[in-house]
Amino acid sequence: MLELCDIAVTLGEFALAADLSIPPASHMAVIGASGSGKSTLLSLIGGFLAPDRGRIYWNGNDITALPPGRRPVSFLFQDQNLFPHLSVAQNVGLGLRPDLRLSSDQRARLTRALEEVGLAGMETRRPASLSGGQQSRVALARVLLRARPLLLLDEPFAALGPALKAEMLELVARIADETQATVLMVTHDPQDARSFAPQTILIDKGTAHAPTATGDLLDNPPPGLRAYLG
Amino acid sequence: MQMIRREPGGILVASLLTLLILGTLAAVAWQARGLSGLGIWDWRAVWFTVWQAVLSAALSALLAIPVARALARRRFPGRAALVTLLGAPFILPVIVAIMGLISVFGRNGAINDGLRLVGLPEISIYGWQGVILAHVFFNLPLSVRLILQGWQAIPAERFRLAESLGFAPADISRHLERPMLRSVLPGVWLAVFLVCLTSFTVALALGGGPSATTVELAIYQAFRFDFGLGRAAMLGLVQIGLSLAAMTLARWITIPAAFGTGLQESQGPQGPPGWHKGVDMLAILLATVFLLWPILSVTASGLPRIPLLPADVWVAAARSVVMAASSTFLALLLCLTLALTIARGNAHWIEMAGMLPIVASPLVLGTGLFILLRGWFSTDAMALPVTVAINAIMALPFGLRALIPAARTLHSDYGRLADSMEMQGLARLRYLILPRLARPLGFAGGLAAALAMGDLGVITLFATDQPTLPLKLYQLMNSYRMTDASACAVLLMAISFTLFWLFDRGGRLA
Repeated sequence: MLELCDIAVTLGEFALAADLSIPPASHMAVIGASGSGKSTLLSLIGGFLAPDRGRIYWNGNDITALPPGRRPVSFLFQDQNLFPHLSVAQNVGLGLRPDLRLSSDQRARLTRALEEVGLAGMETRRPASLSGGQQSRVALARVLLRARPLLLLDEPFAALGPALKAEMLELVARIADETQATVLMVTHDPQDARSFAPQTILIDKGTAHAPTATGDLLDNPPPGLRAYLG
Repeated sequence: MQMIRREPGGILVASLLTLLILGTLAAVAWQARGLSGLGIWDWRAVWFTVWQAVLSAALSALLAIPVARALARRRFPGRAALVTLLGAPFILPVIVAIMGLISVFGRNGAINDGLRLVGLPEISIYGWQGVILAHVFFNLPLSVRLILQGWQAIPAERFRLAESLGFAPADISRHLERPMLRSVLPGVWLAVFLVCLTSFTVALALGGGPSATTVELAIYQAFRFDFGLGRAAMLGLVQIGLSLAAMTLARWITIPAAFGTGLQESQGPQGPPGWHKGVDMLAILLATVFLLWPILSVTASGLPRIPLLPADVWVAAARSVVMAASSTFLALLLCLTLALTIARGNAHWIEMAGMLPIVASPLVLGTGLFILLRGWFSTDAMALPVTVAINAIMALPFGLRALIPAARTLHSDYGRLADSMEMQGLARLRYLILPRLARPLGFAGGLAAALAMGDLGVITLFATDQPTLPLKLYQLMNSYRMTDASACAVLLMAISFTLFWLFDRGGRLA
């Protein structure tokens, strides 16, 4: 269980407050207008941003001061999820060991992970020689190997077409089930929220609200969200 | 708001750097306390330093205008090579250029041969005119590159508009070119002025005497011949004062970056035909001859004699290469640490600390370190390490200029990804920083290596029996062994350029 207790952060004019908890193994959408603070919320949980106030707990342990790599988190950013100068195998292998000294057992797991995301035999390719969908799969193979209990998606598939995006979300769901992970997914698309996430965190007027059922929220949106959805 | 992880290395390096530069300054100041101040000769040195810098900068900037205009509006074979060549003086050892200038303008040079032939009086390269000549030789190419950047920054559409409005060359000059020059020239002038203000090697080799001694040279003389530490210290403070005063000018005048931005072949407009074209080609020809003649002349006389160089020259060469390599390694280490911390933001003072060496004169640093270390080490023991360290420090501002933008991009593109993988220390260095920063690191390393290899500054303070190659060259010149000196100059130039090329190329291939 992830708990944000009385969190507040200010970045210049912008402010965000959050006081909520997220049950284990849930799939959660994060919705809000542009600039409302969706990425900020994920950055707080991921450890790229320290809150001015409040604590973050994972299964009762305070993780507020942990650096990003020590948190129980896998993060997929909007872009730059892969190092362009490293091969597919190295990019995925970094998820197991940052110094890439992999044991033979780890190498075998790496190969299996690549097979599982449909990239068998692509170990030595560079990201530049892959399609956008394949690049997403490389990043997902790394998520699969890291098997961290929290998966944060900051619209990593925004640049993909609708069909490809749906395919990736299916893959994410499969990986999350396999690793029993909690998923927080920022999205602009109500359809993605409905199909992927039974529950949604709404960010509105500087506050991240406690999760509510996605269907209810989208059917009867509060005024701010209604204006955003149109 | 704050980031969770911090980079302590940069803070440490910046603190040490500040401590070193201010510490040597304090040591110098402390030494100077209670001393009788400066005599008439010292004030003449101050006066000469200022007016030669004013004049050198003005001449370089003015002479550069026709050359830059010609390069901006003419296309000819070899243009790209010429523009690249204009960057070369930055890494050309000063003492080599001086050898070249002597071989053309000196007593037995081609110019005086010609003058004698037609019965005119000879000219002398020694004295203030030689100092200014050498400064123009070094700074004309720099000025041309900077002004050319200004020319190429005028949008081509504006020239097309002018053409469609039927502008004559005089109208183009008035409405397009002069406004650009008005905004660019002050910065060019100040950049050259700052360089000439701390001129040491040129004044050492071509100046001297009451009418052509710079403050840096006076520091050297006070230190070396009178062992007047107090006077050297006082002069050091004056030098710092001059640099600081000049730097305050930079509050109103933007100094352009001296190198880096590529000057690629732009599809700019062609200039007017007729006599304008003749003038342009003449400007380019004259500038090329002025820059290449001295170098070709010293190469022609020195190259065949390289195999005959005495063994101690080769020993000095090997010593210099080792010192340049150590200096480069140190410079890159400091630069990278500083740049990575600066890229994380919130550290303006660290950037300032990295740029401090611009105001610090190497001779003041050397004098200060000597004062601080003399209780523990002999002059001989400290000569080479102090030279290595000061050369590394003096290369920092140039290295940082190349590295900071790249480090910022690295941080904003991949910082979070690397943090989320917990890539720290060596793993981060090996799999992220070195591969992504290889090119600017190679370039910065090349600059540091070439500058350290060719430097004839701090080492002259120490009467060492282990000369570097530039010092050996200077000793050969002083004992009038000019053929050996020419050969030594060619060797030094070849090593400096090779070192730059190796690092720069290495960075590109990595």
